[in-house]
Order: sequence, then C-alpha cells, then structure tokens
Amino acid sequence: MADAVDAHLVADHLHLWRGQRHVLRGLYVEARAGEFIHLKGANGTGKTSLLRTLAGFLWPEEGEIRWCGQPVGRDRDGYAVAMAYLGHENALKGDLTALENLHYATNLRHATPQSAQRAVLERLGVAAQADLPTRVLSAGQKRRVAMARVLLSRATLWLLDEPFTNLDTQGVTDLAALVAEHTRQGGIALVTSHAAIALAEGQVRELVLA
Amino acid sequence: MILATTAPLRAAGLVLRRDLALAFRRWEQVTHPVVFFLMVATLFPLALNPKPSLLADIAAGVVWVSALLSSMLALETLYRADVEDGTLEQLTLTGQPLALLLLAKTVAHWILSGLPLVLAAPVVAIAFGADAAANAVLMTAIALGTAVLSLIGSVGAALTLGSRRGSVLLSLLVLPLIMPVLIFGARATALAMHGESAEGPLWLLGALLILALTLTPFASAAAVRISLE
Amino acid sequence: MGTWTWFHKLSSPPHFYRIAGQLIPWFAIPAALLIVAGIYGGLVRAPADYQQGDAFRIIYVHAPAAWLSLMCYTVMAVAAAVGLVWRIKLAHALAAATAPIGASFALLCLATGSIWGKPMWGTWWTWDARLTSQLILLFLYLGYQALRSAYDDIGKADRASAVLAIVGVVNVPIIHFSVNWWNSLHQGSTVLRRGGPAMPASMLVPLILCFFGFTFLYAALACVRVRAEVLRRERNAHWLQDLAGRRGRTESST
Repeated sequence: MADAVDAHLVADHLHLWRGQRHVLRGLYVEARAGEFIHLKGANGTGKTSLLRTLAGFLWPEEGEIRWCGQPVGRDRDGYAVAMAYLGHENALKGDLTALENLHYATNLRHATPQSAQRAVLERLGVAAQADLPTRVLSAGQKRRVAMARVLLSRATLWLLDEPFTNLDTQGVTDLAALVAEHTRQGGIALVTSHAAIALAEGQVRELVLA
Repeated sequence: MILATTAPLRAAGLVLRRDLALAFRRWEQVTHPVVFFLMVATLFPLALNPKPSLLADIAAGVVWVSALLSSMLALETLYRADVEDGTLEQLTLTGQPLALLLLAKTVAHWILSGLPLVLAAPVVAIAFGADAAANAVLMTAIALGTAVLSLIGSVGAALTLGSRRGSVLLSLLVLPLIMPVLIFGARATALAMHGESAEGPLWLLGALLILALTLTPFASAAAVRISLE
Repeated sequence: MGTWTWFHKLSSPPHFYRIAGQLIPWFAIPAALLIVAGIYGGLVRAPADYQQGDAFRIIYVHAPAAWLSLMCYTVMAVAAAVGLVWRIKLAHALAAATAPIGASFALLCLATGSIWGKPMWGTWWTWDARLTSQLILLFLYLGYQALRSAYDDIGKADRASAVLAIVGVVNVPIIHFSVNWWNSLHQGSTVLRRGGPAMPASMLVPLILCFFGFTFLYAALACVRVRAEVLRRERNAHWLQDLAGRRGRTESST
C-alpha cells in the first residue's frame, strides 16, 4: 500500500447531529500507522455514525477530519482511494459470482489480475466459492468475500463496521489476525465490534464511545 | 496522494458492463417495460373507440404517453437494488467521478428500458393505423425522448431513494419536468405521420438531450450523496 | 465590513428572527396600500376594455399572480442553492417558506384565469399557453412539497428538495418555451393577455401598482413564514427557550 509511512488520521472535535440527536459530541480520535483501534460502546452511541462520517457519507456540523495532515475535504477522491469501508451490507451482487463481484469492485480503483483475486479468496477460505453466485453463499462466506474486497483495495485506512458478523469463532480469529497483519504493515484499522477482539499481542487499542 | 489508477472512462465502462451483465442474468425482467408499454397503449382503444380514423389521429400521442409512463415505471429499478445491497455507497468511494459512474448506470438503464421501447413503438404505431414511413422519425424521436427521460429520471430516482413513498413520488417529481419532451416528441411523430418534415422538433429534442447529458449527471451525484446520508 | 457583518447576522437564526419580525410591517403596510390602490384603479378608474368589457379586469389579479408564482420559484431555487452550497440553514428555511406562497399564487392565477375564461369562452378551462404553463408550475411546486414531506429529517428534506428546485428552475424556461410553441401550433386561445394592443396609462398604472403590491405581500408573508420555520427548526435551541422564558416572565409579572 502507498503512503503507509505517514498514514495518520485525525478526527478533530467532531459534532454530528442525526435529526435532533446529538450523536457525536466533540469527538477526538487520532490514529497512526500501525494502529488497530477497536471502537466499543453500547448501541446508539454513534459507532456506525463515526465510521460513516470518517468514510465521508455523513458531514459533521462542526469539526474536521484530517488525513496525513490535510483536511479531507481538500482531496476527497484521494482520501477515498486511501480508505476502504466495509459497512453492514456486503456490497455484493447476488447474481454475480464472488470472483465477478471482486473483479468489478477492485478494477474500479486499479487493475487487479484475476490471480490476485483468487489468491485473496483462498486466504479468506472461500476459494471453493469463487465461481458461485454469491446469493447461494452462506452469510459468513459472503462476509469473507466482502472482506476480500477490502484486502484487494490497497487501502491504507480500513474502516470496518461489524466485520465479524456471521463468522464462526475460527473465522473471527482469522479475520482479526488479518487486520492485525494489515496494521503491522503500516496500515490503520478502525473496527467496531460487539465481541472482544482477542489478539495475543495486545496491540488493539480500545476506544469506548459513551 | 495516489489517485485511482483506473481511468475514469474505463471505470464507467465497468459500471455499464456490470449493470448489463446483471440485467441479463434475469433477462425476463428486461421485458417488463415493453409489456407495460403495450398494455397501456391497448387501454386507449378500449377506453375510447377503435374507429380507425380516431386511432390514427391519436396514434402519436398514445405512443408517447405510453412510452413515457413505461419509462417512468422502470426508473424505480435504477438505484434501488444498489442501495439495498450497499453497492451504491461503494461507488461513491472509488475515487472516480461519481457523476460519470452514475451516467454509466443511466446509460445501462436506458439500454434496458428505453431501447426496447424504440423497437416496440413502431408496432403500436402501426396498430393504430399510422403510416409505416413515419417509423424512422418515430424511432429517432423515442430514442431521444426516452434518453432525456432516463437522465432527468435518474435525478428524481436518486432524490426519492431514502423516502418511503416510492414510485408515485418519483412520478410526481419527474412528470412535470418531462412535459417538454412529450410536446416535442409527439409533435415530431405527428408531423412524420402526416408526411411532413419533423426536423424542427427533432432538433429541439436533440438540444434537450445535450442539455440533460451535461447537467443531470452532476445533479444525480449530488442527489445520491444526499440520499446516502 | 459593515454590510458583511449585517449579512452574517442575518444568516444567524436568532438575529434573523428579530429582524424579520421588525420588517413585517414595513412590507405589509405598503403591500396593503399598493394592492388597494391598484385594485381600486383597476376596478373603478380604468376604462372597460373595448374587446372584453369588464371581464378583463381580472387581469389585475391574474397577471401579478402569474408573475409572482414565477418569481417565487426563482427565489426558492436560489435560496435552496445557497443553502446547499454554503450550508446556510436559513436559506433552506426561506426556500421552504416560499414554496407554499408561490404555489398559492399559481393557484390564484389558475383560478382567476378560469373565472376569466367562463364569460369569454363559456368553459371553465382553456388550454391556453399561460394557464398550461402555470399548471405545470403548480405541479412543480406540488412535487417539491411532496419530496419535502417524504423525509422526516429536516436537513435531508432541505438538501434533497434543493436539488429538485435547482433542476426545476433550469426547466422552467424550457417548459415555458415548449408550451408556447405547442400552443402556437394548435391555434389555442391566446387571448388571455392584456386587453388590446397597447395599454393606456389608466390601465397600466394600476397593473404596475398591483405587481409591486403583490411583491411586497410576498415579502411580508415570507417573513412570517420564515420566522415560523425558524421556530420549528430551532425549537430546542437555547436562544429560543430564553426568548420564550423571558416573555413568560414579563407576562407573569404584569
């Protein structure tokens, strides 16, 4: 991935209202290269809203988001390319095969050979499902294919909203290890999850939203 | 800052191809707008009088109203599936110009819902006793008109994504905006059916298409971003 | 610098609320005077039209209403655009406030046009160029309102309807042109215009008075409606609660 050396995300005193609710109240988050941040908090505390604001879907009424020192508004496209977002939906087309889904999704950003796509599917344990239409896959398998897209995106900043949904315990461990590896290579990951992320090295920083 | 290394036009081509590929996996759904078009056209002789002279008089109008209603109904499908499975929001995160990607989606949508009408329109025209010589003008006009409709409709579809009201609201928004298309298109068709030159209105339709092509993609992009909030 | 500060103050809800409240009589009184003068001049003082007799007098309401409905749509679209681009909530409030006023003017124009048509042509409706244009404009207003009401979140309603208003305002001249073109083809009744080839001053002056009167009326109504919008949008804000609290205290002390 590019620009991993100076990867640095700052959410500077964000205020966000959803309708009448003051969801983010002067939130400050800073994340540097190599950090794996686990966003925790009860339902409704704004975890998803924070991730969606960082992803650029929501505009904070006050405050600024800075990526590598630059306000995100100055180069939205550049920021979008440096970032990968995984929401509650998998962003998969049911009638297309897993491979076709990846083909379209990844090539929109940069040319990706099919071999690379297959390799990543293998890594996530869904190589056998590569040529099946995604609507026949189980919920856990779909989540893995969605994660494959994130892996292939060459993004430095990963914003993952409940990535462990529908995965079994082995899947959760594998995925956590994958994210940890990404951060070890200089990337940043902000992950929301209800479950605890068990990583032996303890390099997960927890951020509790209240 | 690295930018996406895929060229914007190639990215647009990918979006176009994906939408077409998806549609043809369920290709019986592609026929629905045409069937609706034929059904609406059939309503007129049933409601009025199948007298040949009357039908010939109203042929141009019937073809156009039916085509517009059919296209309007099809607009619902432009973004809805993408919103539901999360694909649309990912389109805003590709680093590619969103207006261009949405234009590609609209073009795909037109190929699937507008182009079939271009082919079906002469069938209805002839069924209403119109002269087959008018078909060239008819098809050109319908092609231009449905294209403008798809473009304006894409803005409306994006605006009504987050709302509960669905296609009735979409029609309320889009119908007043496409009345000029109806006026020029029906006039061109009527002129051709009477053996006269339809150049004037056809050029006007062309002008509308160019205006729509240059302005609506940006409005659609703004509308999609608003809907995703 | 002074002007800019004043403008900046205007875009802050509490200041606007106060200033608009003060402005209302400055708009309402001239409006009343101008309209009364215009109607009196039109109904009583102006001579009867040589072609249409006294029926043409409805133009003194019909024409200004048509003009205002178009002006309101433009104001609405410009305000919405300002709100969208610079994220000024008050601009959105102005757009929201103007829409029903503009729609009412369009309806008034259609109603007076219909009343005009009956003695002239014996029918309650003619597919005349102006009436058809105004009808389509009314549809645009209704669509705008429908879109607004489809969203519970006011911010989203503001932004979505702003895009619609901008697309609509670009379309309005196109619709106008196409309807006129359509009407001229079919020899429609284009006689719902000002009576006669040239209007003498006694006919023209009341018309101009009515134009300005209606414009001031719009301004007064807009002030009232925007204040209402501000109340609705800012109901949880401190400044508003202070204002209400202060009033309450003053009242209870008397």
